[in-house]
Amino acid sequence: MEHEKTAAEQKKQKTNLAVAGGCVVFLTAMVGMAYAAVPLYAMFCQVTGYGGTTQRVTQYSNRVLDREITVRFDANTAGVPWEFEPLQRDVTIKLGETKQVAYKATNKFSTPTTGRATFNVQPELAGAYFNKVECFCFTNQTLKAGETVDMPIVFYVDPDILDVPELKNIKTITLSYTMFLADKNKPVAAMENQEGGKAISNTENLGG
Amino acid sequence: MAHAAAHDDHDHKPRGWVRWVNSTNHKDIGTLYLIFAIMAGIIGGFLSIMMRWELAEPGIQIFPGLASMVYGVNGDAALDAGKSMFNAFTTAHALIMIFFMVMPALIGGFANWMVPIMIGAPDMAFPRMNNISFWLLPPAFILLLTSMFVPSAPGAYGVGGGWTIYPPMSTSGQPGPAMDLAILSIHIAGASSILGAINFITTIFNMRAPGMTLHKMPLFAWSVLVTAFLLLLSLPVLAGAITMLLTDRNFGTSFFVPENGGDPILFQHLFWFFGHPEVYILILPGFGIVSHIIATFSRKPVFGYLGMAYAMVAIGAVGFVVWAHHMYTTGISLNAQRYFVFATMVIAVPTGIKIFSWIATMWGGSISFRTPMLWAVGFIFLFTVGGVTGVQLANAGLDRSLQDTYYVVAHFHYVLSLGAVFAIFAGWYYWFPKMTGYMYSPFIARAHFWIMFIGVNLVFFPQHFLGLSGMPRRYIDYPDAFAGWNYVSSVGSYISGISVLIFLYGVFEAFRKKRVAGANPWGEGATTLEWQLPSPPPYHQWEQLPKVK
Repeated sequence: MEHEKTAAEQKKQKTNLAVAGGCVVFLTAMVGMAYAAVPLYAMFCQVTGYGGTTQRVTQYSNRVLDREITVRFDANTAGVPWEFEPLQRDVTIKLGETKQVAYKATNKFSTPTTGRATFNVQPELAGAYFNKVECFCFTNQTLKAGETVDMPIVFYVDPDILDVPELKNIKTITLSYTMFLADKNKPVAAMENQEGGKAISNTENLGG
Repeated sequence: MAHAAAHDDHDHKPRGWVRWVNSTNHKDIGTLYLIFAIMAGIIGGFLSIMMRWELAEPGIQIFPGLASMVYGVNGDAALDAGKSMFNAFTTAHALIMIFFMVMPALIGGFANWMVPIMIGAPDMAFPRMNNISFWLLPPAFILLLTSMFVPSAPGAYGVGGGWTIYPPMSTSGQPGPAMDLAILSIHIAGASSILGAINFITTIFNMRAPGMTLHKMPLFAWSVLVTAFLLLLSLPVLAGAITMLLTDRNFGTSFFVPENGGDPILFQHLFWFFGHPEVYILILPGFGIVSHIIATFSRKPVFGYLGMAYAMVAIGAVGFVVWAHHMYTTGISLNAQRYFVFATMVIAVPTGIKIFSWIATMWGGSISFRTPMLWAVGFIFLFTVGGVTGVQLANAGLDRSLQDTYYVVAHFHYVLSLGAVFAIFAGWYYWFPKMTGYMYSPFIARAHFWIMFIGVNLVFFPQHFLGLSGMPRRYIDYPDAFAGWNYVSSVGSYISGISVLIFLYGVFEAFRKKRVAGANPWGEGATTLEWQLPSPPPYHQWEQLPKVK
């Protein structure tokens, strides 16, 4: 270590640092890719309907077929003190026909609360062909204490669904909404004794 | 050259603990890695034997008692804590064996020791970075061990989510600090591996002796080069994913929280983008070691050298585009499943090239079944069994019924616990005389091999039957119908445990008897550069760079 470096050694050190520098750039890019995966994945779901992600469109369908399909509606809530249900259980429409339905929500709490709905459809593959023109799920919904509102969705089922081998024979699509509390932003490590406690007792039946 | 001559006299070796703690010598750091891997392996193996002890009979026997001993809880709380302790054992066993046993042994240990010597380099490219790589591991290991003793969920201790740490179990399911400690531990171990990978890539690209072209480089150096690239590509993705977990848990982000627009499945994609290359990281250096041993003890150059090297490159490359075969049941589309089935099965082609080339190397060779060869042939057999079940599990249709059963457990233990570990022991018995200068007792080494071979096969072969009949993994208990094969499996794990004691005794015996091994105990088949040096090699080797023709 102490002996002075020869010219060859210095050159070697330089090329060593160049290779290592290349590696560092590479791995920084990979960390960047991991984070870029978050928006890319959301985009991917939007485009392909992956995981039952429905499509958001601005135009109505330009063709309507005679084939009929039933769309069933489901609603549930997670952490939001609302009554939340569809006004009708199902509708039967033609492929390509635009339809408006509504969900009813009542805030049972004494203060205004804000909810936001997540959604998907079953079967998941149908997500790419389920087009929403308008939906309350596009934005946050704030309800005053005790307020009841009807929240509309305007949608149609894309006739192209007949081109998908797995989907061409389906008779029913189920659209499901889960209403979450939108202004909750508490880190989980702070909320001891909530879901965790239940998770433990739930496993009781699984053991001996 | 006056310098070099002066150095030769006193070897320029620092004395006492300074030599180890401040070490920048690749052989000393390699030794530290190997010692670390042995200690971590014993702890990880202890965890697995405790699990097998519990699973020897239906019902819950030992973990509640263990929990009340360790955590000081009683009654029903001990039963609950015992159940989650079993999960914590599963998780810790996996993480320890992957990050603190196999990787340190193969990459940190053998690669550190042998790659610079094999390519004719005086040391690694960045000796001080090499030191940091090693010394990051003990704190990471301590963090992981600590996580087993701190709360995770209420009434539970230790991370119970499996090594895959899927959310929401790892976010809202485990609010306590155990998960944070484990994440930090993986971060640090990952940083250690990434630094090591950069060091290996630079060393192999830039420090080869004159005439040592990439296409003349020994296969072990090739395997380490491919492994280092896999590490560099995959570990940052894991680091990103677990950082997202950490911020989801503590800082209110919602990468994986559905109520705020996140997606838990995204974590699985990120995790397996790392996780699948990771299994090749664990096995590729083993491929390199086995190639050397088979060639040495068949007294023939390895069959199809270029094919062997590029098969490893192909395995590494294809390994990055098959990750969703771990996720067939998460609702991916039929076409995506078709693709992942196909891509996964494609990996069998380069792997087959390797297996058949090893067999072709032995064919017509002058084979001597000395200890390393036993382990290497054992490796080929066991790895092939694991590979066959791997091709079965690649089928999305079959995977519907087999996923998360003991069939999967049997599969990945055949390729890793038996494959990678047998490769480690093969390397150990191959290079032990070189590293220490002493020859071990062949009788003890063979006893170790046969007892371990019988033991591990008894552990894992019956698990195929259990998996096929539907026994799910990661449970502390099972219906009585599964009792028979579980008992066999547990007995096998005790036998494997005994074989580890024999291994340790063999090491002790070798150091006590001090049988001098000589520069090349394996004869003319051992052609790589390390056998041209005395055993143990001088503290600074290749001050006069070797010329490779």
